[in-house]
Amino acid sequence: MKEEKKKTKQPRWSDLNLTNEKLIKMYHSMLLIRRFEERAAQEYGKGKIGGFCHLYIGQEAVGVGTIEALREDDYIYTSYRDHGQAIARGVPINESMAELFGKVTGISKGMGGSMHFYDIEKGFMGGWGIVGGHTPLAAGTAFATKYQGRDSVTICFLGEAATNQGVFQETLNMAELWKLPVIFICENNGYGMGTAISRAVAGDNLYEKAASYMMNRGAVNGMDVIEMYREISKAITIARTEFKPTFLEARTYRYRGHSMSDPGQYRTKEEIEEYKKLDPIETFGRELIEWNIVTEADLEKMDEEIKAEVLKAVEFADASPQPPLEMLYENVYA
Amino acid sequence: MQLSAFMRNNFFTEIMATITYIEAISKGLWEEMERDSSVFLIGEDIGVFGGAFKVTKGFLKHFGEERVIDTVLAETAIIGAATGAAVVGMRPVAEIQFSDFVTTAFSQLVNNTASIHYRWHLSCPMVVRLPSGAGIHGGPFHSRNPEAWFFHQPGFKIVAPSTPYDAKGLIKAAIRDNNPVLYFEHKRLYRHIKGEVPETEYLIEIGKGDIKREGNDISVITYGSMVHMALEAAEVLRSEHGVSVEVVDLRSLMPLDTELIFSSVRKTGKVLVAHEDNITGGIGGEISALISQHCFEYLDAPIQRLGSLDTPTPYSPPLEEFFLPNTKKVVAALIELAKY
Ligand SMILES: Cc1ncc(C[n+]2csc(CCOP(=O)(O)OP(=O)(O)O)c2C)c(N)n1
Ligand SMILES: [Mg+2]
Repeated sequence: MKEEKKKTKQPRWSDLNLTNEKLIKMYHSMLLIRRFEERAAQEYGKGKIGGFCHLYIGQEAVGVGTIEALREDDYIYTSYRDHGQAIARGVPINESMAELFGKVTGISKGMGGSMHFYDIEKGFMGGWGIVGGHTPLAAGTAFATKYQGRDSVTICFLGEAATNQGVFQETLNMAELWKLPVIFICENNGYGMGTAISRAVAGDNLYEKAASYMMNRGAVNGMDVIEMYREISKAITIARTEFKPTFLEARTYRYRGHSMSDPGQYRTKEEIEEYKKLDPIETFGRELIEWNIVTEADLEKMDEEIKAEVLKAVEFADASPQPPLEMLYENVYA
Repeated sequence: MQLSAFMRNNFFTEIMATITYIEAISKGLWEEMERDSSVFLIGEDIGVFGGAFKVTKGFLKHFGEERVIDTVLAETAIIGAATGAAVVGMRPVAEIQFSDFVTTAFSQLVNNTASIHYRWHLSCPMVVRLPSGAGIHGGPFHSRNPEAWFFHQPGFKIVAPSTPYDAKGLIKAAIRDNNPVLYFEHKRLYRHIKGEVPETEYLIEIGKGDIKREGNDISVITYGSMVHMALEAAEVLRSEHGVSVEVVDLRSLMPLDTELIFSSVRKTGKVLVAHEDNITGGIGGEISALISQHCFEYLDAPIQRLGSLDTPTPYSPPLEEFFLPNTKKVVAALIELAKY
């Protein structure tokens, strides 16, 4: 009895070897993504950012919980909804904002824009605009690292609607058959554009799509950065030591439209409000305060600092030059 | 605009409504669905969402979900299923959200769909709507003009309207055609181009081009978004250089209206072939070859071509502008031709 009580006095992450510093970093990373994107939305409204821009707001815990569990020599692939994972991976926000602005200082030199972030130094392999099209690339990278005798893992984020692409099933089969160190993190945010998952995927549990390959699989609360970290850590160990893939369904929600031009008539305001109560940043912040890891004032100060940093990124992007015209031809061939 | 006035004077005196290019496509689809219950729509987000560009807004409510089918995100299956339905008496109209994504349905289209009639003598009356084109800062995967890939594959009819009038007449003709028709609709024209369209029913014959402006000195052979640039450039050549430019809008890319092309070239003796797709391997190469073969003795200048530059589409707005053809570039090409 006494033992039990003592146990509950422990924070729920006590089994995870997370330092206070690391916990604060996770919070910081989520907040940085949130503020970066809120600002990006404003700049889009002002016409500073063009084309298509998909925000990650609401889903931050998935990217941060996953990426915080990685090593520097691991790789990350993701879809066009890619700002969050890039920032979580430490891709600098100045260069990220500059990419949105289409400037030459951007991480893809202004050639890719919002959907095509990329930073090889950080093992951030993009940023891909064709839904599901990046999934076999992740398998290929995992194949290569295994072949090269490295114990890196490759993470492949994808939306739940992306699992409907044939290429994704082809990739799952290959990954399990070849025992590849790749982890598929399916960000189930309930919608593919305006189509609810119930109208798009047959069957109840999305993660069971991996069942026919007998792949390691499961679902995780994607609104909870600690749960993400916990489940990913298990999958990473399996990938590094046994060279086996995992398919994880992270249940999450996007607050904003599919892209900037989506009025969102396919869902109710109440539904959005319900999910906002589970907000990954707010809930985790409260927990950090409860466990005396930070104070309310600390978090407020952090928020102010982040906002200032994001503002500087906007200034950097604004002041950066356009790519020179001759750059159009420069990179068609190696 | 000038174009609609031209059409009014030349083609009809009926009651007209001024509508946008996108409204013209919607109206054409709507009328055909009302007319023929074997016509149905299939595609991603076309129902509840009303389509990524809202071409099919309001269709679900009126026609119901049996005929306005929101599919899963799976282009291969959409095209394959449309083909399977078409061969047993349906007339599916499939929407590929952006023409770039047709890549994932490539095998279905070029292997299965395109060869059905040749193998079985069975008609495959389906339409694939393909919103295409750059100029909206969509970057490399949301800006393509992939018509040439399919132009190379026998078995398709291909159309690419430039005006609301043509857009409506061609979508209706495409739906009634007994072959697979690829319908390229330019995203930038959707809300930018308005024009007059008759209230009464009309069709535009697939395979027939249209002279959008008559002229005597140079022919511009073009289609889609570039028709508008060619018309603007023609006006500049007239007013600033005293050169009379004829603008031939192909409207159909397969089959090509070679008679119209040749008669225009034989009249002017100088020709610019222009399209928004990049130059190398574009349809303009084939048209140029046909002209040189059939109109050689009429030519006073080498055939000129204009298109996007041969690179992927960059996101950067100034680079995208540099990459794309525009009115200025058409003017420059025409001035060069005029010198011969
Ligand atoms: C092959 C392909 N088809 C369609 C699209 C258009 N599109 C972009 S995102 C999207 C919905 C994807 O939903 P999901 O995979 O759940 O990811 P989410 O946007 O929710 O993050 C669609 C239909 C595309 N980019 N590529
Ligand atoms: Mg989704």
